[in-house]
Amino acid sequence: MDMTLMQQLVTIAMCVLGTMATRYIPFLLFPPGKQTPPYVQYLGKVLPSAVFALLVVYCLKDVSLTAELHGIPEALALVVTGVLHVWRRQMFLSMAAGTILYMVLVQTVFAG
Amino acid sequence: MEKGTAMEKGWEKAWPALRAAFPYTVPILTGFLFLGIGYGIFAHSMGLPKWLAPFMAATIFGGSLEFIAVTLLLAPFNPVQALILSLVIQARHLFYGISMLDKYKGTGWKKVFLIHLMCDESFAINYTAEVPAGIDKGWFLLWISLLNYSYWVTGSFLGSQFSTLLQFNLKGLGFIMTTLFAVIFLEQWLKEDQHVSASVGFAASLGCLAVFGAQRFMIPALVIILAVLTILRKPLQRQGGRGQF
Repeated sequence: MDMTLMQQLVTIAMCVLGTMATRYIPFLLFPPGKQTPPYVQYLGKVLPSAVFALLVVYCLKDVSLTAELHGIPEALALVVTGVLHVWRRQMFLSMAAGTILYMVLVQTVFAG
Repeated sequence: MEKGTAMEKGWEKAWPALRAAFPYTVPILTGFLFLGIGYGIFAHSMGLPKWLAPFMAATIFGGSLEFIAVTLLLAPFNPVQALILSLVIQARHLFYGISMLDKYKGTGWKKVFLIHLMCDESFAINYTAEVPAGIDKGWFLLWISLLNYSYWVTGSFLGSQFSTLLQFNLKGLGFIMTTLFAVIFLEQWLKEDQHVSASVGFAASLGCLAVFGAQRFMIPALVIILAVLTILRKPLQRQGGRGQF
């Protein structure tokens, strides 16, 4: 390792600073005492649905459709998760079923 | 005006809120312990000292950036690059903050912790979970955030300390985080009366992933989502009327 301890700590501090800036800025810009601009209020209502979609894609970003498995285990597990969830509406049940199926698939049928 | 005064005191509300919050975090307990252990093992295998992974987990508390921080620590010293990279990778938190302005109102001293510990998972759960009747909102949200934080730090600690002992066949367990976001997305979809925003989110993310690749798609996707939703503000607000908006 080439960095000194001080350099390591500075590097980590920069990561903390960057992360916390993105977490605190909205709350500092729009404090509860002041009227939040209507545009920002609108964004606060519409952004979550888009962001949840982004997070799903983010989790799947390294799945390759052209590689050996073609994303089949992911697709199967997500279909089971989704169908089960629409049917029973029990979050933990849907997640557990999808995850266990995925684990079985990648460890057996689709084991590389 | 705000319910703050009643919430700011009332430590006796903490325990019932913990019991109500814990079940919501069980999936994260599974996912974060597993992924955290993986992170600890990874950091240690790259030659970093054992204390660094849990230290970064406790201070940065942002999964994807922490993995990248490991590689930054092994490269030549470049603090400006580290800062810019962090801002870019974590830019999505700006969207979380804007979405949580209302929900975190009136939580008193707990608000600092709610903001400080707002990872993807805590945002997703705190945004969607309905606070059960009779449970203090501030404590409920705080416990979800704190529990998730403790799972991640504990996992990375275990992984870095006991990397050689922890070799189970848990391949695929990390997929629980994908199912978490899928279920939360689905819940939101079933709840809302129009799916414009969700569709924009999907199209922008998939499109940018195809064009820019896995490492670079996040920022263009965020920009496009923001731009399209800004353009659609008038029709969406008119249509939403008294309902969702």
